[in-house]
Amino acid sequence: MTEDFLLELRCEEIPARMQEKARTDLASLFGERLKSLNLPFERIESYATPRRLALIVRGVAATTLAMSEERKGPRADAPAQAIEGFLRSTGLTRDQLVERDMGKAGQVLFAVIDRPGVVAGSVLASAATHVIHNFPWPKSMRWGAASSSTESLRWVRPLQGIIALLGDKLVPVEVAGVKSGVQTMGHRFHHPGAITIGSAADYIEKLRACHVIVDGAERRAIIAVGAKMAATKAGLTLVEDEGLLYENAGLTEWPVPLLGRFDPEFLSVPPEVIQLTARVNQKYFVCRDAAGKLANAFVCTANIDASDGGAKIVEGNQKVLAARLSDARFFYETDLKRRLEDLQPKLEKIVFHEKLGTVADKVERVAKLARWLVEEGIIPLPSGEGRGPLASAREKGEGDALSSDPHPSATSSLPPSPDGRGNLANLAERTARLAKADLVTGMVGEFPELQGLMGGYYAAAQGEDPAVAEAIRDHYKPVGQGDDVPTAPVTVAVALAERIDTLAQFFANDMKPTGSKDPFALRRAALSLLQIIFENNLRVRIFGVFTRQMDPAQARLREIVSDEIVGFLIDRLKVQQKEAGVRHDLIDAVFALGGEDDLVRLLARVHALQAFVNTEDGKNLLAGYKRAANILKKENFVIPAKAGISGDGAGQEPQDFSLSYTPENEEAALIQALDSAAPLADAAIAREDFEGAMAALATLRAPIDAFFDKVMVNEPGKREHRLALLARMRDAVHKVADFSRIEG
Amino acid sequence: MSQPLSFQRMILKLHDYWSERGCVILQPYDMRMGAGTFHPATTLKALGPEPWNAAYVQACRRPTDGRYGENPNRLQHYYQYQVILKPSPPDLQELYLGSLAAIGVDFTRHDIRFVEDDWESPTLGAWGLGWEVWCDGMEVTQFTYFQQMGGFDCKPVAGELTYGLERLAMYIQNKDSVYDLAFNDAGVTYGDVFLENEKQMSKYNFEVADTETLFEGFRKAMAECENCLDAGVPIAAYEQAIEASHLFNLLQARGVISVAERQAYIGRVRDLAKGSCEAWITHMTPEWQARYPGWTV
Repeated sequence: MTEDFLLELRCEEIPARMQEKARTDLASLFGERLKSLNLPFERIESYATPRRLALIVRGVAATTLAMSEERKGPRADAPAQAIEGFLRSTGLTRDQLVERDMGKAGQVLFAVIDRPGVVAGSVLASAATHVIHNFPWPKSMRWGAASSSTESLRWVRPLQGIIALLGDKLVPVEVAGVKSGVQTMGHRFHHPGAITIGSAADYIEKLRACHVIVDGAERRAIIAVGAKMAATKAGLTLVEDEGLLYENAGLTEWPVPLLGRFDPEFLSVPPEVIQLTARVNQKYFVCRDAAGKLANAFVCTANIDASDGGAKIVEGNQKVLAARLSDARFFYETDLKRRLEDLQPKLEKIVFHEKLGTVADKVERVAKLARWLVEEGIIPLPSGEGRGPLASAREKGEGDALSSDPHPSATSSLPPSPDGRGNLANLAERTARLAKADLVTGMVGEFPELQGLMGGYYAAAQGEDPAVAEAIRDHYKPVGQGDDVPTAPVTVAVALAERIDTLAQFFANDMKPTGSKDPFALRRAALSLLQIIFENNLRVRIFGVFTRQMDPAQARLREIVSDEIVGFLIDRLKVQQKEAGVRHDLIDAVFALGGEDDLVRLLARVHALQAFVNTEDGKNLLAGYKRAANILKKENFVIPAKAGISGDGAGQEPQDFSLSYTPENEEAALIQALDSAAPLADAAIAREDFEGAMAALATLRAPIDAFFDKVMVNEPGKREHRLALLARMRDAVHKVADFSRIEG
Repeated sequence: MSQPLSFQRMILKLHDYWSERGCVILQPYDMRMGAGTFHPATTLKALGPEPWNAAYVQACRRPTDGRYGENPNRLQHYYQYQVILKPSPPDLQELYLGSLAAIGVDFTRHDIRFVEDDWESPTLGAWGLGWEVWCDGMEVTQFTYFQQMGGFDCKPVAGELTYGLERLAMYIQNKDSVYDLAFNDAGVTYGDVFLENEKQMSKYNFEVADTETLFEGFRKAMAECENCLDAGVPIAAYEQAIEASHLFNLLQARGVISVAERQAYIGRVRDLAKGSCEAWITHMTPEWQARYPGWTV
C-alpha cells in the first residue's frame, strides 16, 4: 500500500525571481534524500507561490526497503581472533552466524544481516528536516528571537509554518521552533484565516477555494490569457513577455490582470523608454495598436479580485505610471535641448579606466580607427552609395553647432568628400565622436540599459545623417551570441573599431582575462569582434590593426601584445565555432601555419579542411602524412641544400629531381603526383579556393599509400632521396594546414 | 465613506497604533540626516541583545532631490515614519498591515504586494533583506529585516518599517501633488507649510552652500568623531558621523565631488559610522552580557 506525502513550507513573501528554482530544488533535494534513505516512491510534484513552497510525493511506500545482506567470513576452524574480528564488524554473535560447506574451502562462516524496513513517516520527517536545513537559497536571512545566535535557521524570509501529511496522518517535523501541523493560510486578503488540509489529495483544491492558485504554471496561464483578453477588449494587442509572466506569477497567489491607460501625450517619449519604465519599474505589460505602434495602455497584474472590479487599483497604478512617465519625459526633453557634441566636456571627466584615460580619450581613439578602417577599404561600401549626407546636414544650417565641437573632427573641418569611401569615413568618424555622448544624458543616467538607443534618438533629433543615428544606436551590438550583428557599414566600422581598441588597450596594459576572471568583459568583446567580422565577411589582417592601435613608442611590446591578442581571438574562435561543429584542432592546424591573421580566410580554410578530413581521401592522406612525418622525425631528417626539394621550388622546377637510380614505380608515381598536385594546390590557395587545394592534395592519397606499401625508404643510396620525397610530401600538405596538429 | 485623514492625523493614527503595541514614541532626532535609519534609535539600538520597540517621525534631507518646489513628487526635505521592533516579532507583516488599515487603506479595493527589495546602506555598513511594499503599484513602505549594522551581525535581528509619509498621504487623500495635501483638517496644505522651504532650500543646496565651509565642516566632523571615540562617548561620535554624512550629501548636490572621489567619501563616512558602532558595542557589552548571559558580539 502506498500513500501520498504533502509537505508545505510557508513563509513570508519569497522573491519572485527565486521561486522557480526553489520549487525544482525542493523536489530534487527531497527526491535524492528519499533515494539515499531507500524509501521508494513514484514521483514528486512541486509548487511555489509567493508565500509557500510545496511538494507532493506520490506513491510513497509504507516502509523503506528491507535489506538482507550476506557477508562471507572466515572458515569455521579459523583462529578465534579472526572470528572475533568478523563478529565485531558485523555486530552479530557466534551463534547467529551460519556455517556452510564450501567444498574445497571447507566449512565457512556467513553472516546474514537483516535490516527491516523503517516506517515511511520517520524517514519523510528526517528528509524534510535535512532539506530545510540545507536549502540552497541564493540569499537567506535570520529573524526573530532565535536570531540572538547567528547559528539560527536561515531561510529566504521568515519561515511561518510547515504542513507534513502522509496520507491523512500528520508527520511530526520540527525545525527552528516551527512544528508541523495540518493548517495553512489562504490568500492574505481574500481568506485571512487558517485553513485545514486533510491530505495531499485536497491541498490544491482547498487552497484554490481560499483564493490561492498553488501551481505557478496555472497562474502564468491565467495572466497570459487574461492580459491578452484585456488588451483585445480594448482593441489592442498585448506585447507578450515571458519574463513578466514569471515575475507577475511570482508576485501573486490570485492573479487578476487589469488594463490601465496613460495620457497619450506621453507617447512623444520613445516607445522603448515607455516599455522599459513600465516593465522594469512597474512590471506592466504594454500594448500595441492596430498599426503596430505602442499604445497608451498597459496591463498590470493585481493579486486580488477587488470589490469594485479593480477600478481603484487601476486608478492607483495609472497614477504611478504617469509620475514615472513624466519623469522620463522630463529627462527626454531636457536631453533634447543639448546637442550631443556639447556633452564632450562631460565625457572628459568620466574615467573609462584609471590606466586607460577618460571616455573622451577612448572616443578619440575609436574615431580615428573607425575612419582608418573605412579608408583602408576594410569596411565594404554600401550598395547604392552616392549620397552626400553631411552636405545635407550643412544645408539644414547645422554647421555652427558642428564647429562648436571642442575637438573639431574631420567631419566638420573637411569638405564633404566627393567619393563614397570618403563619405563613409566621415560618417564613421562622426558616429564614433557622438556615440558615447548619451552616457551623460539624464535618460541614460536613469536607465543605463538605454545606452546607444537614446544616443540614436538624440542624433536623429539633432539632424544627423540617418546612418549616423542608426550606427550610434547599434554600435554596442552584438551583445552576445544570438544578438543581431550590425551590417550597416557605418555601424560595422564603429562597432569593430570599439572592440579592437578595447582589446588593444586592455592587453597592452596587461589587464587580460585569467581563468574565470574577466572583469572587463574582454571575452565578450572578442566574441563580438568575431561575429562582426564573419557576418560581414571583413577581410582584414587583424594583427596589424592591433599594433596600429597601440603606443608606437613601444614597437616591440606592441608586436608581442598583438600576437597575444590574435592568440586570444583564436581561442575565442574555437569556443565560438564549437557550437557550429568546427573542430578546434583544425583551427589550430591552419593557424599553426603562421601568418594567417585574416580570420575570414582562416575560417574558410578550416571549413575546407574539415570537409576534407571527413572524406576517405582525407583520412588516408592524414594517415600517410603522419607516417611520413614520423619517419622524418625519427630520422631527424633535414632537407639537403642541394636537393632543392622545397615547397616553393616544387612549383617552378619540378624536373630538377635527378635521381641517381631508377625509381620504383610507386616512387615515380608519387614524384609525379607531387609535381602536379603542388602547383595546383598553390594556385588554388592563391585564389582562395581551399576546396580546390584539398582536391589537389587528395590526388596524393593513392600514390602515398602505394609508396608506403611497396617502397622501402631505408634503402642504401636511396634513403636521402626518399626522405626528401617524404619531406616534399609533408611540405605540400602543409600548404593547407599543419596536419601534425590534427587529432585522430 | 469618511473624509480621508489629513497629513498630521495620519501621523497621529500611526503613533496611536504603534504606541498601543508597546512602542516607545520618540520625537524626530534634532540633526539633519538622509533617512530615518540614521536616527540612533535605529542604528545604535539595532545592535545588542536588548529588546527595543520604537516609532518616530524623522525628517529626511536629500539635497540632490530638491526641485525648487516645481516637481509634485520630489522634495529635498520630507518625512519618514520609522518603526523598529527588536527582535522582529513573528507577526510583523500582520502588524504592519494593521497599521495600513488604521490609516484607512481598504484591502478589498487595493492591491498590496510585498516586492523583493534588499536594503543596503553603504554609509552605515548595514544590510538587510525584505521588500518594498506596493500599494496599487506604488512603493509606500520599505520593510527590512536588519542582518548587519555598522558591519556587525544583528543579534537578534530587528524588523524595520519605513513609511514614506507624503506618498501614503497623497495616496490616501488622492492628490496628484504633494503640495496639495491637507496638512490638517483646518484648511492648511502641505504647500502652505513647506513650498517656500523647498524653494529656498533647493537654492541653498544647489547654488548657495559654501563648498569650502562644507569641506571644512566635513573635516571637522571627522576629527570630532575621532575625539569622541578616544574619549569613550560613542553616541557623541555617532552624531559626528551623521553630520559628516549630511555634509557629504550637500557637497554632492553642489556638484563638487567627482565620480572618482565619491567612493572615497562614502568610505570615510562608513568608517565613522562603523567606528561609532564598534565603540558603542564595546561600551555596552559588559552590561549586555550581565543581563543576557551567553550573548556575544
